[in-house]
Amino acid sequence: MEIAIILALDVLNGASALFLLCLGLAIIFGMMRIINLAHGEFVMLGAYATVVSANAGLNIWVAMLVVAPLFTGLVGLVVERCLIRFLYGRLVDSMLATWGLSLTLIGVVTTIFGNTINGVPTPLGGFSIGAYRSSWYTIFLFAMACVMCALVYVVLRRTRFGLIARAVMQNPGMAAALGVNPARIYMATFTLGAAVTGLAGGLLAPVSGITPVMGGAFVAKCFITVVGGGAAILSGTLSAAGLFGFVNQLGAYFTTPVYGEVILFLSAIILIRLLPQGISGRFFKGTL
Amino acid sequence: MTAAQRHVLQAALVLVAVYVTAIAPNWLDLFTLMQVTLFAAMAVLSLSLAFIWGYGGILSFGQTAFFGLGAYVYAVAAINFGDSTNAILLAIVLPALFAAALGYFVFYGRISDVYLGVITLTVTLILFNVVNSTAGDEYAIGSARLGGFNGIPAVPTFNMPYDPAAILSPEQSWYVTAGVLIGVYVLLRVVLASPFGRVAVAVRENEVRASLLGYDPRLVKLLVFVFGGAIAGLAGALYVNWGAFVGPTIFSLSLSAEIIIWITIGGLGTLVGPIVGCFLIQYLNSQIGSQQAFNSYLVLGVILVAFVLLLPKGLVPTARELALKIARFASERRRPTPPAAAPQTEGAE
Repeated sequence: MEIAIILALDVLNGASALFLLCLGLAIIFGMMRIINLAHGEFVMLGAYATVVSANAGLNIWVAMLVVAPLFTGLVGLVVERCLIRFLYGRLVDSMLATWGLSLTLIGVVTTIFGNTINGVPTPLGGFSIGAYRSSWYTIFLFAMACVMCALVYVVLRRTRFGLIARAVMQNPGMAAALGVNPARIYMATFTLGAAVTGLAGGLLAPVSGITPVMGGAFVAKCFITVVGGGAAILSGTLSAAGLFGFVNQLGAYFTTPVYGEVILFLSAIILIRLLPQGISGRFFKGTL
Repeated sequence: MTAAQRHVLQAALVLVAVYVTAIAPNWLDLFTLMQVTLFAAMAVLSLSLAFIWGYGGILSFGQTAFFGLGAYVYAVAAINFGDSTNAILLAIVLPALFAAALGYFVFYGRISDVYLGVITLTVTLILFNVVNSTAGDEYAIGSARLGGFNGIPAVPTFNMPYDPAAILSPEQSWYVTAGVLIGVYVLLRVVLASPFGRVAVAVRENEVRASLLGYDPRLVKLLVFVFGGAIAGLAGALYVNWGAFVGPTIFSLSLSAEIIIWITIGGLGTLVGPIVGCFLIQYLNSQIGSQQAFNSYLVLGVILVAFVLLLPKGLVPTARELALKIARFASERRRPTPPAAAPQTEGAE
């Protein structure tokens, strides 16, 4: 019984972390059809922003929840203005350019902070279930995933910006004819996606080692989740993150963490083969 | 330029390359020669992606999967056989079979561009993770221990065919590597000139139209992919021969990225361009490696971004257009009546 609860917590932890990591990518890819291969580096920037400001004496919660998204969002804004806006509609070129961007960001961070592993202590303590211990931070991550999910839903569904953004997503030409400036919406969307990604980086900073090349570990996992989820931002990412988080943690429990990841990737490849439109293309058509 | 002129130019290029290969050991010191041998081995890898991406339209982000597989197959087989001849053959055949399995899955599932990139990237990461976790004595194939993140040291290098005692000297290794590079270039030229090569380019240009003409795009793409996988595997064997070592970093993302950078800089849709790009960037990389001021990732990233934004066609096609423009300008000045414009064919050198 206790082991079942611990396992369930593990799955919950894996799925919420995956959801948080993928949400920013899903926003950018789902709305703008830009393949952001620098996604992992945005996560890394968020994590560095948290670690640096926390080590400088800032409250860890402020560093995580405010500094990380603000800083990464700002970087995203600059990147959109200087690079991405020239590449709309050029899918392969956008992939190459963002790959170049990711290398550049790794290079800049390595030059500034060096190649060492940094970290901050995990806030909140642990609690025990029978003979096992778990951390309150797991619960907090799950809560944050729920909050982010609700937040994105409300913004896209209930606000004027969300309405316009969805219109641009469906048909940029028509939206432009109705007086919307798609370029500005794209700029806002990219900034938003980057900020959400930076927040994920900040949230994961206390539970992972921070290095300049840490993004590489996330980028493929996030991509395969977003692609497996399909075009719908929320339902697709939610279902895929839930499924892959479940598969990953269960595989890791029964074998080793390394093979857990292998099992995740293999199941994702099989899923894409069976559902080329992603989960949401098949089951939640027309949802957010 | 007419087709005949192009063939003459290409033949001249190959002859120059053969000549340079032959005299290089007289001009270069041993260290530089070994550097250039590595560059040539990597250029074979860059040709493999130049073929499947530039002519087959398949952007594989994980060409290192086949490269690394070829390297590991060669290492394991060479340790077990004690002779490199069959090991080289295996390093071509096994990655090709792996490419066939993966390609069948991908192309017959009609998975499109983006998804293809993601899947190949993922496969490379899987291989990296698996090989990285094989430390320990229980992970051994025959007498070769896989060694996990430490890799396989002291791999036997190339020897004369079926004569394990006659190990190649660095000069002979250079001849083999550069010879393979030239051979692969010629082979790809022949394949591209054949009906199959024409069909492959047709599929790249317009898949629907090609299938309406009666060709099966899935099969064509699969064959192109397998061919590219085989060449990448061969490049892996050459790479191990250079360093007598193979480790899991051969599957790393940074190498996958670098191959794509070589091709973007040299020129997609050409065969000479990727070789030029490969030599340029590797030379630059070795220069950066010997100083401390700039991080190599930073330089590579800035170069890639700059090329995508400013020179998206790459060096070789841009240079070719420039040369053609100058030639046309010169001929127009000589003759007052402009000649009928010769039809431009895509994929010309």
